[in-house]
Amino acid sequence: MQSLLKMPQNPKYSQRMSHTLYCRCAYAQVISGPVKNARLEQLCASGEEFEAVPDLCEMAAARDPRLAELAHKDDLRIIACHPRAVKGLFAQAGCPLPPTAEIVNMHEALPAS
Amino acid sequence: MPANASEIAALLDSGNAVTVSADGYRARHTGNTPPAAAGASTTTATRSWKPWFPVIDYDRCTNCMQCLSFCLFDVYNVDENSLIEVRNQENCKTNCPACSRVCPEVAIMFPKYSGSPINGEPVNASDLSREKMKVNVSSLLGGDIYSTLRNRSDQAKSRFSTERSADKALAERKRCLDKLQRDGFIPAEVLAEIDLTNLPSPEEIQRRAAAASAKAQAALAANAAK
Ligand code: SF4
Ligand code: SF4
Repeated sequence: MQSLLKMPQNPKYSQRMSHTLYCRCAYAQVISGPVKNARLEQLCASGEEFEAVPDLCEMAAARDPRLAELAHKDDLRIIACHPRAVKGLFAQAGCPLPPTAEIVNMHEALPAS
Repeated sequence: MPANASEIAALLDSGNAVTVSADGYRARHTGNTPPAAAGASTTTATRSWKPWFPVIDYDRCTNCMQCLSFCLFDVYNVDENSLIEVRNQENCKTNCPACSRVCPEVAIMFPKYSGSPINGEPVNASDLSREKMKVNVSSLLGGDIYSTLRNRSDQAKSRFSTERSADKALAERKRCLDKLQRDGFIPAEVLAEIDLTNLPSPEEIQRRAAAASAKAQAALAANAAK
């Protein structure tokens, strides 16, 4: 397991424990590179804490235990693709999303920041 | 892009999960390496995980077990509560979303598929009624399994196994493949991978279909008794 630790370059990083999950959709060009990059840039610039994963589909297929941990968070926000697919992936991994989970669909236009 | 976003993107694209916090960011390798180059084909990239499997929309699924009866590759099964589940996702045929077309509720998604509603986009009324959604891919494999399942008399069974010559079955597979390709339903690279002469025999298909159907019938009976 490779592990890297770097100091943030953005002083806006808050101490608030956030439960934002960003999916990179790394195994397919389902979401275009520029769209994924724009979302990632926006997240980094926000100063928000977040978790980024290469591919949520891959995690669901592997029933990654991290998904179950995330599914228990009340303030979970997932930035990925179509909400129906994301909900289905969590359910299939054995950890259905709570109704409070917010799913941001990267197929839809990025709101102005 | 700010420098840290570029760095995080590069880590993600090489298979790392990244946690960004007030202390900086921490990367952890997931053990798999995605196809890094933009535009790399999901079928040609070298990797240990295949990003292709069905995902059930349980808000739509009625547990009718059609997918279980249909799939000959044991992708579907029933859980301990007799509810449908995707069990052996690695058996699924890359880039082929065929089973999504047998689901009467349009509840089967392939998140990596390009078209709606199979990719998880909302299902609308026209999707539900669209005849194009329904396809009998069993003939792709050399036999009309559905008519066999519908009419499971011994006569029908013996006709299925004895009347089909190998040539006839091969011609039928080719015809069906041509149609699916014309409809733009199965990508050319998937078709190229299919060895038409090395598909399961009609008897093997019948055996698998009967086993899947028995499983589905048992689950339906268990659900009816609840
Ligand atoms: S969840 Fe959606 S965005 Fe994430 S990897 Fe799967 S298809 Fe791509
Ligand atoms: S065919 Fe569709 S509705 Fe029927 S069990 Fe399968 S996923 Fe559910």
